[in-house]
Amino acid sequence: MLLLQEAAAAAGHAAGSGGFVPVLPWLIVALPLLGFALNGALSIVAARRALPKLPPVGDPSYDHHDDGHALAHAAAPAHAYAAVGAGAVEPSEQEGHDAGTDPHPVDAAHHASSDAHAHDAHLAHDAYDAGAAHDASHDAHAHDAHDDHAPAGPKPSTHVLPSFIAPGVMLAAFAVAVANFLRMRAAAPHQPWVHSYWDWMPVGNLHVGAALQLDQLSMLMALVVTGVGSLIHVFSVGYMKEDPGYPRYMAYLNLFCFFMLTLVLGASYPVMFVGWEGVGLCSYLLIGFWFKEKANADAGKKAFIVNRIGDFGFLVAMFLLFWNTGALDFVGVNQALLGERLDFAGPVVTWIALFFFLGACGKSAQIPLYTWLPDAMAGPTPVSALIHAATMVTAGVYLVARSNVLYAMAPAAALTVALVGALTALFAASIGLKQWDIKKVLAYSTVSQLGFMFAAVGMGAYASGIFHLMTHAFFKACLFLGSGAVIHAMHAALHATHNPADAQDMRNMGGLRKYLPVTFGAMAVSTLAIAGVPPFAGFFSKDEIVGAAWKGAAGGSALSGVEFLGIHGSAWMMAIGVLLSVAAFMTAFYMGRMMIYTFFGANRTGDEERKHLHEGDWTLTLPLILLGFLAVVGGLVNVEEHVPLVSAFNFGQGPALHHWLEPVVGVGQELAERHVERLPPVDPAWWPILLAVGIGLGGLALAWALLSRKALGDAATEPAYRGGVEKALYNKWYVDEAYDAAVVKPVQGLSRGFARFDMGVVDWLVDLFGRLSQMFGIAFGRLQTGQLNTYAFVLVVGVLIVLGSFVAL
Amino acid sequence: MNEIPLSYSLGVSAILFAIGVAGVVVRRNAIVLFMCVELMLNAVNLAFVALSPYAGVQGQVFVFFVIAVAAAEAAVGLAIMIAVFRHRESLDMKNFSLLRW
Repeated sequence: MLLLQEAAAAAGHAAGSGGFVPVLPWLIVALPLLGFALNGALSIVAARRALPKLPPVGDPSYDHHDDGHALAHAAAPAHAYAAVGAGAVEPSEQEGHDAGTDPHPVDAAHHASSDAHAHDAHLAHDAYDAGAAHDASHDAHAHDAHDDHAPAGPKPSTHVLPSFIAPGVMLAAFAVAVANFLRMRAAAPHQPWVHSYWDWMPVGNLHVGAALQLDQLSMLMALVVTGVGSLIHVFSVGYMKEDPGYPRYMAYLNLFCFFMLTLVLGASYPVMFVGWEGVGLCSYLLIGFWFKEKANADAGKKAFIVNRIGDFGFLVAMFLLFWNTGALDFVGVNQALLGERLDFAGPVVTWIALFFFLGACGKSAQIPLYTWLPDAMAGPTPVSALIHAATMVTAGVYLVARSNVLYAMAPAAALTVALVGALTALFAASIGLKQWDIKKVLAYSTVSQLGFMFAAVGMGAYASGIFHLMTHAFFKACLFLGSGAVIHAMHAALHATHNPADAQDMRNMGGLRKYLPVTFGAMAVSTLAIAGVPPFAGFFSKDEIVGAAWKGAAGGSALSGVEFLGIHGSAWMMAIGVLLSVAAFMTAFYMGRMMIYTFFGANRTGDEERKHLHEGDWTLTLPLILLGFLAVVGGLVNVEEHVPLVSAFNFGQGPALHHWLEPVVGVGQELAERHVERLPPVDPAWWPILLAVGIGLGGLALAWALLSRKALGDAATEPAYRGGVEKALYNKWYVDEAYDAAVVKPVQGLSRGFARFDMGVVDWLVDLFGRLSQMFGIAFGRLQTGQLNTYAFVLVVGVLIVLGSFVAL
Repeated sequence: MNEIPLSYSLGVSAILFAIGVAGVVVRRNAIVLFMCVELMLNAVNLAFVALSPYAGVQGQVFVFFVIAVAAAEAAVGLAIMIAVFRHRESLDMKNFSLLRW
């Protein structure tokens, strides 16, 4: 049925989209949803089994049904496993319920299993050993790969099937996306393919369809989301498979991908908003995945609440847009804007663009709403890689790029976007200089890199921004997954010896390149990529962004001639270029510092612990290798022709991504340039490229020069900070404290005031009426004497009064 | 034989009724109260009978109804009093205020 509908619709739309007919594009969205449904059902089954078993009253089948299981688990779980083999589907004690059985039952089990090599058995041993000493290793913030209540006995099917379902649906979705990509590349359509599956909101003049849009931009985003998403799903299998909540985790991860694909493939702002809210929800669920620790649950709540502020901006922007253009779908809005229904650079478009940017600030963690992202590291590390590095946080960049016509109409708003992005890039990079938690470094790095992307799309260099989004997805996902592998190894080592040290603190690491060679290799190339060393991916994308700033400063951008806050646009661009260059230098430095502390020098984990450090299985290393490969070559898709040496590897494609995105982002570019008399020609200069290379290599070299000696020695006892500036950096410039004082405390005070008013005045009034009626009751109750004579007397008096009144009147 | 003027009959009726009311209000012995109620009923009967030549025979018919009701009332009332006396050994209405708040 759906297939027929699809074919008919595709045929109808083929004319408008330049011969491009996608194959089953809805599958890209539907497959992760299917995965969510299956894994969600499994997680419900697992959760039900985890409930403490109480014999139901009057159910004779219960004993017969469950005796075997109960006996097997209580008496000899290992035997049960060994007897039935690896394929057995035996329910066991799951989340929240610890069977008080033999703490090391799986040792025997894994000897019985044919494919249990040493690492696996060891990992399983750790995970299954939920000892008392484990609690001591819980710090105030989250530890990854922790495992409170592990199953005793064989692994139930609810914890095996998600390993196949979750990556399976993602790989299938990726295959569909690739098929569509190949078709689109062959057809090279100039119009987006839009198809409405059903009428979603037919209200008055508002007609919003549940519509998908496939054009070059959404295609690229879908490829990134499904491609990088698939790899992270595979990684998650290795990383999370021992967690009691494994099926729930996989269900959330699939649900996230569904919403993210809705976000990028939706054909209108409301459909995009559905995905927008959905990824926020999944982000909340996954940050607080280990919700038994309050810090994790709080981090999820913080992300959700901060995002609400941004969502308010998104909503207001949508209302304004509909009120002023009468359309909410991208095609209709672009038509209205290109028809100049609104004034160029007028207040209306500026406010719409600024409100959309507020939404983007929340989702993409820009000043002033970035504080949630570092806290979001409380979630499992693959979640940080997928949601808080590669996909969800880039939604804001996608939103701005998607609304490029709108921002072309509002140069002031566009410059605001660029400035905020540049400031965020610098600010977050400075905080990243002095963080000790390996994930926190990467979190601030992500905020900083998102700032680069916003600076790019704000300056109108949409293709560069999206290019950086793509390469960043590769190398940052690789870095996060690498940090996950490091934490996994560290945690296993510390856990095996019941060492309460922090598994995420870089001061406890050092010299890991000997123990984790694959992880080191992948992270090293990713670090070179993010630092901007040619020819790795990040160099090209970052250089393009900084180059766009220099070009704008020289007058080569449509924004160069714009006055903003009384200052010339080219001056702003110059400032942005300087800010970004400094941020890029800091990026190279803190990434070098992270690598040195983690992988170089002597190992500081401990003599006993060192024996337990090891690489994970192939599900952990394969995604790292693939992402590391992409971090090396990802930049080659968009090399300018005149760059020597490297362009040879580009197979003569030139800046392919620019050409690819031209039909989407070129529209806004043309519109912006329509309002500029004439752009002066800018000669391509060599110094920006040399500067970029110098910055990248210089930052890494400085890190090596300053730190290698110290890191080679004993850094385990190094204090968190020395001196005032380091203290401020370590404490993240006290932004959280400032927000606490400026927003949270006043709101709390106001709430307390209102509570006092409510209790003192409102409740008092209500109580007053209650007391009054009580008093009247008591007073008039006295009339009931119980004396018959009194009643008779009153009756007589009453009768006399009535009769008397008749007579008198 | 001279007829008794209507005003005389009604006057006696009114006086009897007033005595009954005064008794109910003032006295506390239940049996006395009861008798006062009967007195009031009979005062009404007298008024019915006295007015029947002017208003028709229905007045006399009503008297029979009133007598029947009074008899029933006496039966029930006296039974209640006996029951109460067995419990409390008193018929003083001052003591019977059980249904008060």
